[in-house]
Amino acid sequence: MLLTVRDVTKTFPGDPPLHVLRGVSLDLDAGESLALTGESGSGKSTLLHIIGGLETPDAGQITVGGTQIAGLADPQLAQLRRDTISVIFQQFNLIPSLTVEGNLAFHARLGGRFDRPWFDTLTQALGLTDLLPRYPEQLSGGQQQRVAIGRALAPKPKLVLADEPTGNLDEDTGDRVMDLMLRLTREAGAGLLMVTHSQARARTLDRQITLSHGELSGERA
Amino acid sequence: MRRTALLALLSHWRRQKLQFLALIFGLASATALWTGVQAINQEARSSYDSAASALGQGSEQRLVAKGGGDIPRDTFITLRRAGWLVSPVVEGQVAGVTLLGIDPFTLPPTAASPNLGQGDRLARFLSAEGLVLANADTARALAGEELPPIETAPNIPDGQATMDVTAAWDLLNRQGFSYLVVAPAQPAGLAPLATLAPELTLDTVAAGGDIANLTRSFHLNLTAFGLLSFAVGLFIVNAAIGLAFEQRRAMFRTLRALGVPSRTLTALLAGETAVLATLAGAIGVALGYLIASTLLPGVAATLRGLYGATVPGSLTLDATWVLSGLGITYAGAALAATTSLWRVARLPILAPARPRAWARASRRTRDVQALSGLALFVLTGLIAAFGSGLVAGFAMLGTLFFGAALCLPFALDTTLAAAQRAARGPMADWVLADTRQQVPALSLALMALLLALAVNIGVGTMVSSFRATFTGWIDQRLASELYVTATTPAQAAQVRAVLDARADATLPLRTTDTRINSIPSDILGVVDHQTYRDGWPLIEAGDTPWETVARGEAALINEQLWRRTGLRIGDEITLMPGWSLPVQGVYTDYGNPEGQAIVAQGQLLARVPDISPLRYAARIDPDRIEDLRTALEAKGVPPGNIVDQATVKDFSIRVFDQTFIVTGSLNILTLGVAALAILASLTSLAAMRLPQLAPVWAMGITRAHLARLELARAVLCAAITFVVALPLGLVVAWMLLSVVNVQAFGWKLPLLAFPLDWLRLGLLACLAALLAAALPAWRLARSSPTQLLKVFADER
Repeated sequence: MLLTVRDVTKTFPGDPPLHVLRGVSLDLDAGESLALTGESGSGKSTLLHIIGGLETPDAGQITVGGTQIAGLADPQLAQLRRDTISVIFQQFNLIPSLTVEGNLAFHARLGGRFDRPWFDTLTQALGLTDLLPRYPEQLSGGQQQRVAIGRALAPKPKLVLADEPTGNLDEDTGDRVMDLMLRLTREAGAGLLMVTHSQARARTLDRQITLSHGELSGERA
Repeated sequence: MRRTALLALLSHWRRQKLQFLALIFGLASATALWTGVQAINQEARSSYDSAASALGQGSEQRLVAKGGGDIPRDTFITLRRAGWLVSPVVEGQVAGVTLLGIDPFTLPPTAASPNLGQGDRLARFLSAEGLVLANADTARALAGEELPPIETAPNIPDGQATMDVTAAWDLLNRQGFSYLVVAPAQPAGLAPLATLAPELTLDTVAAGGDIANLTRSFHLNLTAFGLLSFAVGLFIVNAAIGLAFEQRRAMFRTLRALGVPSRTLTALLAGETAVLATLAGAIGVALGYLIASTLLPGVAATLRGLYGATVPGSLTLDATWVLSGLGITYAGAALAATTSLWRVARLPILAPARPRAWARASRRTRDVQALSGLALFVLTGLIAAFGSGLVAGFAMLGTLFFGAALCLPFALDTTLAAAQRAARGPMADWVLADTRQQVPALSLALMALLLALAVNIGVGTMVSSFRATFTGWIDQRLASELYVTATTPAQAAQVRAVLDARADATLPLRTTDTRINSIPSDILGVVDHQTYRDGWPLIEAGDTPWETVARGEAALINEQLWRRTGLRIGDEITLMPGWSLPVQGVYTDYGNPEGQAIVAQGQLLARVPDISPLRYAARIDPDRIEDLRTALEAKGVPPGNIVDQATVKDFSIRVFDQTFIVTGSLNILTLGVAALAILASLTSLAAMRLPQLAPVWAMGITRAHLARLELARAVLCAAITFVVALPLGLVVAWMLLSVVNVQAFGWKLPLLAFPLDWLRLGLLACLAALLAAALPAWRLARSSPTQLLKVFADER
């Protein structure tokens, strides 16, 4: 199993405290894709961040590629993100000071896993070959998200976490980006966990689970 | 609407407290440095004015004896009987204080005299016992001396005391008058002076004015420093206001979209700037007072050391510089906010606020700035070629400084781009690319650092060159092993006998005051001895200068006199009426504010036979100094009047070091302000930079690592700035040594290299940048993941 999540809970302090996750568990195999749906505030993004080592859970177990991540120190979590996990954000979050080429290669080169043939394949598949010397602000939203996907897949991660990757795109562009992401994730042999509001998008993935008030409320096999 | 919009605008500062403090501090420190310098200048100027208007400072017209010496009482009586409105003054020294004996009845009202109208003061002043009047400081200095009762009179300058002329005669053991003060308005039809007193001459040059003229350059120097500090402070303000405007760009868009007219928004922002300026100005003026109070004793020491001008070491509050401080705060704030206000006024409602787009727009600004900088360099060259005088010197420095500051962003970007091309590895590539993007926002702070560093290098190199030259010169110049001052002419004869018997050579020191080409000068009569040939370095000389002087056929003059008069070798100078000699050489004479001429001693004594014969220098084997000292003390010479070479050198070096205390303090203050400019910019930038840092963190770089990179980035920028500042500082040093110093002090100095000092300064600049970046970096390292995650959730 690539990803195992067991009884993860997370509460944000406040008055009253906000119980975001209440004992969530899930599994994901290599090459498999899983949609995580639910209404706003149901805890989808928090769960994604915890799995990505960006946030720490209050309780529970998370294993990624055999590594238990709950309790890891910051440097180990950072290494996990460099070597094993890639995250695609809704806001693209490209690095404005680097060109498209620099952005695409950045994560792979950080982890020392830059592979030129795979990079060229990705660039071509994402239709970015002509855009390599440009800077992010010179691209459209769809182009920027394609760069973000390319950046996430360039290091050939075991696990791709995507947080509303098409949320900022129109439907047609979103569909094309989605197709590309699924195809390339499968080609890379990575597991994909994607947060989405859209049931239509969720149905294009292998499985779907739904969160409600921090608990799993449904699952589609 | 206005109130609601204003509250929305002000809410920014509630959330950005550090930025608010940076803005207030920047403006306050700029005002403080400017106000401090103005306060010092004002205090010194009023001191010169008071000194110049006081009796004894040489501002009045005087009759003096041709060739020096006292004026007989009969001459005074003759002139008074003939109708001349003259008043006698006798001048002498008591415990280092100049004692003036005056006649209050004949003293012209234009010569500011002590206030004798209080109670029975006039009666006591004229009484047989006498009364000495002096200001409080001088009165304290005279305490314990055998003098008539002392009373304080605040309008008497420092280092001067006044008493009745008859009492002064007794005290100073004199019979004649030092000079006669001449009332500016004289009755018509007077018998000519040449008939009544042909031995007298009218001395019309105002020495008080000389002090003001001499010190003008020093104050111009201080003002330039103050302006520079103000400019450095303005860079902070400009950066803080610019960033505050940039951060609120989204708010401006929203306000505009919600119906706030552009004109109202601009007016509200201008009002906000005015309120901030008032607050910062008040703090700045108070800080300025503190700076001036702290620096004034050092300035007083500098003025005393360099020019012999007396300035009190304490400060009085003056409305002029308080108002000037507040005025310049408003002007500075307006200047700093103009660009931002202009942008807001022209901001399209739907303008995007992308950092990279901002950086690209700044690239155009960068190129325009670089071209303007080059134009300023050309202007520097033109001023160098066609300008002259002190103002031209400072104008050159100004255009050079600002030209370099304007070229800095281009230099930084070009250097970083070259480094990026050579970089290997994604982190290096990202760090350099990201640093380039930050350059526009950081450039103002880095310009401030550049100016501060260049001034430090320039002034530091000038002072160090001066010190090295001065110590070398003084080692050569103070060749005699022992210096002795007898207390009376009779004792002087005994001293001479002891020295002739025990020392290897006796060098009597004989000087007299004069004016050469209207410049206050003294004539030094020397005996023919190898000591002078070895120890007096000549800048220019004719053939066998010392031999010619010894034969009484020529004079040597000091560099100050040479530069001020423009005399050449072979030109004649009039040393005294009826006594002229050709100039045969020019010698360096650092630290002397006056002109000087060296002539054969015999020739001088023949002209001025009553020169005090009290001072001697002696050449002697250092091992025998103590024996000689014992023998001299046995003749009644006070131990304090026997000074060995090491003591004189030590004293001279201490005086020298004291004179540059203020420069050193201002250097450190300016560098400190520049470091704060970087802190202010980095702190303001920190919040804006999270969107650039969060993705890198998400990709597996720890917050601690990112924080270390932020530190390294600041150090890198400071290091590049230092590399640019070094040649600039050396050009500044050259200008100070070869242009400004010549105008200000009258001497030119060689430019010496002090690589270790520069290296130390470079490290200090990096350390300052490191410290400035420490707080934002620490906050980044300690930031919670939630803060960074908000970037991805677009919740910021």
